[in-house]
Amino acid sequence: MANEKLKIAFYWAASCGGCEIAVLDINEKILDVIQLADIVFWPVAMDVKYKDVENMPDKYIDICFFNGSVRNEEQEYMAKLLRQKAKTLIAFGSCAQEGCIPGLANLHNREEIFEKVYLKSHCVENPVGTVPQTRFEAKEGLLKLPEFYDTVKTLDQTVEVDYYIPGCPPPVSLITSALEAVAKNQLPPKGTVLAPPKSVCDECPRKKENKKITKIYRVHKKMPEPEKCLLEQGIICMGPATRSGCGAQCLNVDMPCTGCGGPCPNSPEQGAAMVSALASILGLEEEKDRYTEKDIEELMRQIKDPVGTFYMYSLPSSILRRKVMKK
Amino acid sequence: MTERIGFEPKIIGFLCNWCSYAGADLAGVSRIQYPPNIRIIRVMCSGRIDPAFVLEAFKNGADGVLVAGCHLPSDCHYLSGNFKAARRIALLRKVLADFGIEPERLRLEWVSASEGDRFAAIVRDIVEEIRKLGPNPFKNKDGETQ
Ligand code: SF4
Repeated sequence: MANEKLKIAFYWAASCGGCEIAVLDINEKILDVIQLADIVFWPVAMDVKYKDVENMPDKYIDICFFNGSVRNEEQEYMAKLLRQKAKTLIAFGSCAQEGCIPGLANLHNREEIFEKVYLKSHCVENPVGTVPQTRFEAKEGLLKLPEFYDTVKTLDQTVEVDYYIPGCPPPVSLITSALEAVAKNQLPPKGTVLAPPKSVCDECPRKKENKKITKIYRVHKKMPEPEKCLLEQGIICMGPATRSGCGAQCLNVDMPCTGCGGPCPNSPEQGAAMVSALASILGLEEEKDRYTEKDIEELMRQIKDPVGTFYMYSLPSSILRRKVMKK
Repeated sequence: MTERIGFEPKIIGFLCNWCSYAGADLAGVSRIQYPPNIRIIRVMCSGRIDPAFVLEAFKNGADGVLVAGCHLPSDCHYLSGNFKAARRIALLRKVLADFGIEPERLRLEWVSASEGDRFAAIVRDIVEEIRKLGPNPFKNKDGETQ
């Protein structure tokens, strides 16, 4: 048993492919992985078929790294299949953990998305109005496509998940420390998010002075001062509501945190946490003397696209999960 | 629809300990009549109300949410909790609109400990307004259209 190699699988569902590249970003460490493990399934890198997975005995795979959210029938099937075949299932990256960018589709439903993509986009010419069907009787026989769902789900809304590695994509340090924990058989209790329990602000090198702000600047509208907290310069930064592990990379290059690390531990929801944090420092000058409800509304009107900002990565895992569609 | 005719709005009220809860209490001991549609939760300060509480209330089927605290500018027991609440609720309303929930379902009011009649009037008003809006759109359907 001791020198038997671990069996590892990687799979991608609704994702951009960045997570797959992040695996390669561990550079020469990938060779250690090969020393330690056999990769038995990795569609992006090797020729294996779903049938090969179906033919594996249950719990045959030791660890499956699953990236991507679940937005169609095929992804749901693979999530369930891999759960059955893997001893340990890891939600790898923000999409699998919390829905991420594909999850913003939860502000629409299938009908709206199909209409936009296949009928109304400027670059589309589709006079007969064809949209994807799940089945089509062609001369040659029945053609099938997986069903496209109204709602994007996270991996753990689909199957039981053992661990989470956050990030869009996960930072190399989190991947290597997870792999080390696997190698040494030192994984923490089930359900753990494999990232430090601090916020991005805690890792951020910028100085916070507990200043109030009165004006919001979109990121392209202001050259930030170096070394000062971006939020306190009026640039919305998700740092206070976001779990760290990234070393505040974005803040080191003058870009605000957009929140890919997901919620801080014990926070019920990343979006709500950011609404709280931002509203506590965004105020009117001398508000005690001259507050009116109108002024406050005016103040908040500066925030464009609130859900797209506060829930950029976490809409499917938020409390409400999606927009409610009018009948 | 028949569902509308028998519709009794469920309102969750988050009331601050120092002013609004005392105001509601006064309405009670003064026997001022108001509709029984509101379920009151006492919190220490309106500034303690995490936006997540409001979202949870809507998720669990509340048709409306009332947040009430001490009058602006200077009644707050903790000095500025009411200002924080005002700003949070204003921002949260925008978020709710993006989620497809009418922002009018979330109300913010200031009620002092001596304003039992005002509290009762507010509850009457909210219940009527929510009755007109109909049930919380998240109820039953979970937003799914399939
Ligand atoms: S809000 Fe952003 S810029 Fe400010 S300390 Fe936190 S992470 Fe750094």
